[in-house]
Amino acid sequence: MLDEFMLLGMMPAAVVNGLMFGAIYALVALGLTLIYGVLHIINFAHGALLMLAMYAAFYLFRHFGIDPYFAIVFVVPASFVLGYALYRWGIGKLAHGKDENILLVTLGLAIVIENAAIFFFTADQQTITLSYSYDTVDLGFVFLSLPKVISFFASLFICLLLWLLISKTDLGRAIRAVAKERQGARLVGIDVEHIFAATYGIGIACLGAAGCLLLPSFYVDPFTGNIFVLVAFTIVVLGGMGSIVGALVGGFIIGVTESVGGLILGESLGQIGISLIFILILVLRPTGLFGAKS
Amino acid sequence: MKSLKSRNGLLCLAGLVLALLIPQIIDNNFYIDVLTLVLFSAFLGQSWNILGGYAGQFSFGGVVFFGTGAYASSILFRSFGIDPWIGIFGAIAAGAAMGAFIGFISFRYGLKGSYFALITLAFAEFFRIIANSVEFTGGGVGIFIDYNPSLTQLQFDNPAGYYYLALLMTVISLLIAWWLERSRFGASLVAIRENEEAAEALGVNAFRCKMYAICIAGAMGGAAGTFYTQKFLYLDPPIAYGIGTSVEMLLVTIVGGLGTIFGPLVGAFVLHSINEVARHYLEAPGLSMIVYGLILIGIVGFLPNGLIGLFRRRQKKMAGGDDA
Amino acid sequence: MLEITGLSKSFGGLAAVSNVGLTVEEGKIISLIGPNGAGKTTLFAMVAGFLKPDSGTVMFEDQNITGMKPHRICELGMVRTFQVTQPFAKLTTLENIMVGAYCRTSNRELAEANARRIAKQVGMKASLDQAADSLTVAGRKRLELARALATQPRLLLLDEVMAGLNPIEIDEIVDVIKKIRDTGVTVFLIEHVMKAVMNLSDYAYVLNDGVRIADGTPTEIANNPDVIEAYLGHGAAERMRVEGSANA
Repeated sequence: MLDEFMLLGMMPAAVVNGLMFGAIYALVALGLTLIYGVLHIINFAHGALLMLAMYAAFYLFRHFGIDPYFAIVFVVPASFVLGYALYRWGIGKLAHGKDENILLVTLGLAIVIENAAIFFFTADQQTITLSYSYDTVDLGFVFLSLPKVISFFASLFICLLLWLLISKTDLGRAIRAVAKERQGARLVGIDVEHIFAATYGIGIACLGAAGCLLLPSFYVDPFTGNIFVLVAFTIVVLGGMGSIVGALVGGFIIGVTESVGGLILGESLGQIGISLIFILILVLRPTGLFGAKS
Repeated sequence: MKSLKSRNGLLCLAGLVLALLIPQIIDNNFYIDVLTLVLFSAFLGQSWNILGGYAGQFSFGGVVFFGTGAYASSILFRSFGIDPWIGIFGAIAAGAAMGAFIGFISFRYGLKGSYFALITLAFAEFFRIIANSVEFTGGGVGIFIDYNPSLTQLQFDNPAGYYYLALLMTVISLLIAWWLERSRFGASLVAIRENEEAAEALGVNAFRCKMYAICIAGAMGGAAGTFYTQKFLYLDPPIAYGIGTSVEMLLVTIVGGLGTIFGPLVGAFVLHSINEVARHYLEAPGLSMIVYGLILIGIVGFLPNGLIGLFRRRQKKMAGGDDA
Repeated sequence: MLEITGLSKSFGGLAAVSNVGLTVEEGKIISLIGPNGAGKTTLFAMVAGFLKPDSGTVMFEDQNITGMKPHRICELGMVRTFQVTQPFAKLTTLENIMVGAYCRTSNRELAEANARRIAKQVGMKASLDQAADSLTVAGRKRLELARALATQPRLLLLDEVMAGLNPIEIDEIVDVIKKIRDTGVTVFLIEHVMKAVMNLSDYAYVLNDGVRIADGTPTEIANNPDVIEAYLGHGAAERMRVEGSANA
């Protein structure tokens, strides 16, 4: 009786915490869904590249004392360049345009990045402590740690920026044109290969931002990315492959599912909700909540 | 043609005799152990190859059959006292049943390509979490298997015993692949891989063929699970359902040659050799895995038919049928 | 042999085929013609089991096969080819044809013998060991035909098997199709190449915007002003008459 009562009492806190995390999940998934929507490829190296971004933020903090939130200014452009180069001179060339090959090439990339991280950074878990790491925000019914709140709003802000980029700029227009009709885009003189690489770069830039936002409230080790791979795929499938709104909504749903699932089922079994949602969506509604019918 | 066929038959026979004699020739437990792992990898790879290489259904969760078989025979022994030499058939059945389950859900709803890869990954993750959370699998603590060397336990007091068991399994897996290349069923799988719609137009029941393929892959994975637990005497959820083994299965197959009889064996031999060399000469964690990743990328990019593809003509002759 | 009644299919509110009925008589070559987007391929897809019709029935040899799976329909003796050729790219010509031959036997030797016989019949004997993706367009079209024939059908559905071929290649394949008919296989074909259709068909149906607008012997069709206007556009009537008299 008491247990159930306590459970109920903790529920609002779990939901709010899930929403906080969900925003960052959404950012991770946003990169993935953008890449899928335009290039129609599944980027299996997504988790590994996120981990790389977290290490970048980590070492910027450790060696130069740069606050992770400020590090975004460096990490995001660097991620973009890395992503652009990876696609233009790597993935795009090696996969010969075959769906499964992209999956395998990006899997190979993930293996290389992950083990290079073990080699260079060791397998130890790393965390950082900021001067405000333990500050909290009081919402009345729940105390939230300040870094989580900052990350939440920063994520939303970056999602907004991305939306503006896609819908208001020339680059965004070109990206949408390529996503819709690549042959036609080529005919009107758009450099499709450039747009593909730029889209991949933007997707990885989202990871760069997400890595910086995650670091203050999460640990990083060479395997951190794995935690996010299935989560990100689930969000993308749930929201609808290629849908930006879907990624946002999906991120919140998954964040809350994970946090509430953990509360009810316990830490270990709680994660089952994600793989279950993933399987059910793929089977029952492969277009997701906001996906267009193919 | 006749002489060619018999020559290849002789070649295979010579290879088998050599493989049988190896424990007599090489009096070094370390090398026998490595070769056992090569054979084990090749066997697991062949399980993946039947579904991924022949039928073209790439799975990222091939480990799920292995883990299910491993738990099946371990639990049969621990809870019901059934010896592993019988339990391995339980593992085979459990693996096949898991194949039927995942296959039915995926193929009934028409998942292919990347979607199939991802759903198998999700299933592996799903069962990892289940295995981690329920009592009868030993939860996160795992299962320790008693060591009582005897044939009924499929446990041996010298490495040669495990070697011969692995060799037997690998030979069976090669025979399965050989049969595939010569049978209507195999031709149907390959047709599905190349173009499912066209295959259906020509009378191939794609759903049923894919179901059979995933069940065979599951059965083989299940048998591999029993071998693993009886050799390494320990099982926990990350071993049973972790992505590492899934990747190894597809890696040895793709490196060796997708949809070929000897691809997984060649791939396993090459990759394990690289691994041993790297371990021996460079004491750096993760390094051989970096090499694996680069090899995977390189093979996909430049050698789509794997190492076997380099000797494609030879391989075709060895398969024996295509020019008969 | 084949009896279609009231067959309809729409995609997202747009009718691709509406209420089409037609009959294919045994031992004949029947063609289905019409402009691009008339719904011909959609109709074929429904007949061969690749698309479920919204309404209507398909009867094959007095058996209702509406909504049946393609592989079942193939086993019953009706097989289709694809407008855009769909070879098993990595397999050789022989292996491609054998997939079709396996429809009637699980014996490898028998399947291979049948495949070789059919390759000879369609004139592919020389390219048996060639990989399918290295064949020319004409070669691929022949391969489509050969694979389908290997399933030993009684009714063969050919979807634009002449499109993309040059006049000599067309003449060759027209010959092959006639010989197939002479072996007792009924042929139902979609075609764009007018001249070939006129030469080849015993009877023709015309589809426009998903609706059947005419049917008759090739000569009747050629002289039907509705058909000429709808299908071929302005000025085409004149061309047709010239072509027709040239052939006669």
